[in-house]
Amino acid sequence: MNTNLIDALFVFMLAAFIGFEVIRHVSPLLHTPLMSLTNALDAIAVVGAIVLVGEKKSTFATVLGVIAIVAATSNVVGGFFITDRMLRMFKTSRPTKPQVTKP
Amino acid sequence: MTDFAGSQYLIEIVYLIASALFILSLKWMSSPAMARHGILAGEIGMVLAIGGTLLRHGIVDYKWVIIALVLGSGIGIPLGMVQMTAVPQRTALSHAFGALCVTLVGTAEFYLRSPDVPKFMMSVLSMEVILGGLTFTGSLMAAGKLQEILPQRPITYKGQNLVNLLLFVVAVGSAVYLVVHPGAKIFFPIIVGVSLIFGVLLVIPIGGADMPTVISLLNSYAGLSAAAMGFVLDSKLLIIAGALDGSSGLILSIIMSKAMNRSFTNVLFGAFGQVQASAAAGQEAKPVRSATPEEAAAILLAANKVVIVPGYGMAVAQAQHKVRELYDALTKKGVEVRFAIHPVAGRMPGHMNVLLAEADIPYDRLIEMDEINGDFPQTDVALIIGANDVTNPAARTDQSSPIFGMPILDVDKAHTVMVIKRGMSPGFAGIDNPLYYLDRTLMLFGDAKQFVGAIVRELGGGH
Repeated sequence: MNTNLIDALFVFMLAAFIGFEVIRHVSPLLHTPLMSLTNALDAIAVVGAIVLVGEKKSTFATVLGVIAIVAATSNVVGGFFITDRMLRMFKTSRPTKPQVTKP
Repeated sequence: MTDFAGSQYLIEIVYLIASALFILSLKWMSSPAMARHGILAGEIGMVLAIGGTLLRHGIVDYKWVIIALVLGSGIGIPLGMVQMTAVPQRTALSHAFGALCVTLVGTAEFYLRSPDVPKFMMSVLSMEVILGGLTFTGSLMAAGKLQEILPQRPITYKGQNLVNLLLFVVAVGSAVYLVVHPGAKIFFPIIVGVSLIFGVLLVIPIGGADMPTVISLLNSYAGLSAAAMGFVLDSKLLIIAGALDGSSGLILSIIMSKAMNRSFTNVLFGAFGQVQASAAAGQEAKPVRSATPEEAAAILLAANKVVIVPGYGMAVAQAQHKVRELYDALTKKGVEVRFAIHPVAGRMPGHMNVLLAEADIPYDRLIEMDEINGDFPQTDVALIIGANDVTNPAARTDQSSPIFGMPILDVDKAHTVMVIKRGMSPGFAGIDNPLYYLDRTLMLFGDAKQFVGAIVRELGGGH
């Protein structure tokens, strides 16, 4: 447990730094789709809920787990769907010129 | 998750690939051209992760898992089809759903494991349900305010900060007690209950104009609670996804709070809405100049460079499509039209960009505040549609103004300023805007959609 915990903390630390570096470069133009995308990705918590329901340990856990799966799945489906709809709308008037991105 | 027999290794590899895809997914969001690849990467990662989880040998019951997955997808589709103007409340609602999932799983895990919960496990479990609980109700409140089910004005009462602080102390105190005495089950529902109440009280004093910061902050909390859940379940995939979401929300909160000139601690401790309290005093009727659509059209036609400044009012009036017609009409006549986007215009980060993109305005015409501010002195007409505080020159000059120090769009430096507004009532924050009384300012009174439509008709009749 102890080594696992330390490993997990390392993973968290590295992922947080990667998150900062990657997201710092996202143009403010796309902040709304960024938020709906991270929301969809965050709904990976559904994995924990699936295990909870699938292992069938107690009725209480199953009931909570089913609600949790429904909530998270609606985020996965809705989040990817609306992000895609938003991004399809972004068009440029100058398709030949290089994209406007911040270094 | 403790025994690594057989296929467990394979499943962990699948999770590893999914984590890499999630990072790529966010990385590709940095360019509008690549962003849709990012969605595909995220989707593949998600399918892999869910598929891999279903293969775990501990899973014995598929019936309820499948039913719940189908039901959730059924709810997700309409949530993905909402109108673009409703995106802020949809986003708040999805933060609530994400937090609900995390809180429920945390609660179930506690009752399955109690009383043998190691100290570290109990700490992260408490963090999971505290953050999850407050994000759930807080996001519901935010969604209610944005949908205008709840009053958008801040709801304040005396001793508010003290009550909030007390609740927070009770939640954290109970958590600490549980860490030391994991058998004291009664404290767990207290933690959850208090966190739920805390979420409500944290968001009700916040006004609509502060929503971009609040939504970003709740986004961050939702991510952190998912990461905490990853620690509880020892799932590195979940830790990574939660950390990515948490840092994304944090960056957006910092950008938003800078754009409103609030310190980050001010935001973290939920001291929103203070701006509203000190405003709405001492207003006298000063003369303004107003103009008709015909006059406005003539001035726009005579201009070389026009900058349009959209705000929340444009979203409320659903005027973005009329604004596109105006953009087309002016561009056809050889007028250069650009849009100036303030970071906190609207109700969430990037709100205006999405609305204008929906109306088919090319995104290279949407210019950020820092880039366009230097161009206002060379701008012939600044046309403000439904924006107020982000154009208020008092933020630059008047130390007594509640928004003093907030970075604004320097529209008052343009040769002519035109403001489409319903009437002379002050904006949402209740702060008077000296811009409206300048000699170079023309007020265009009316509904944004109808007024812009009238200007477009004038322009159309001209050729």
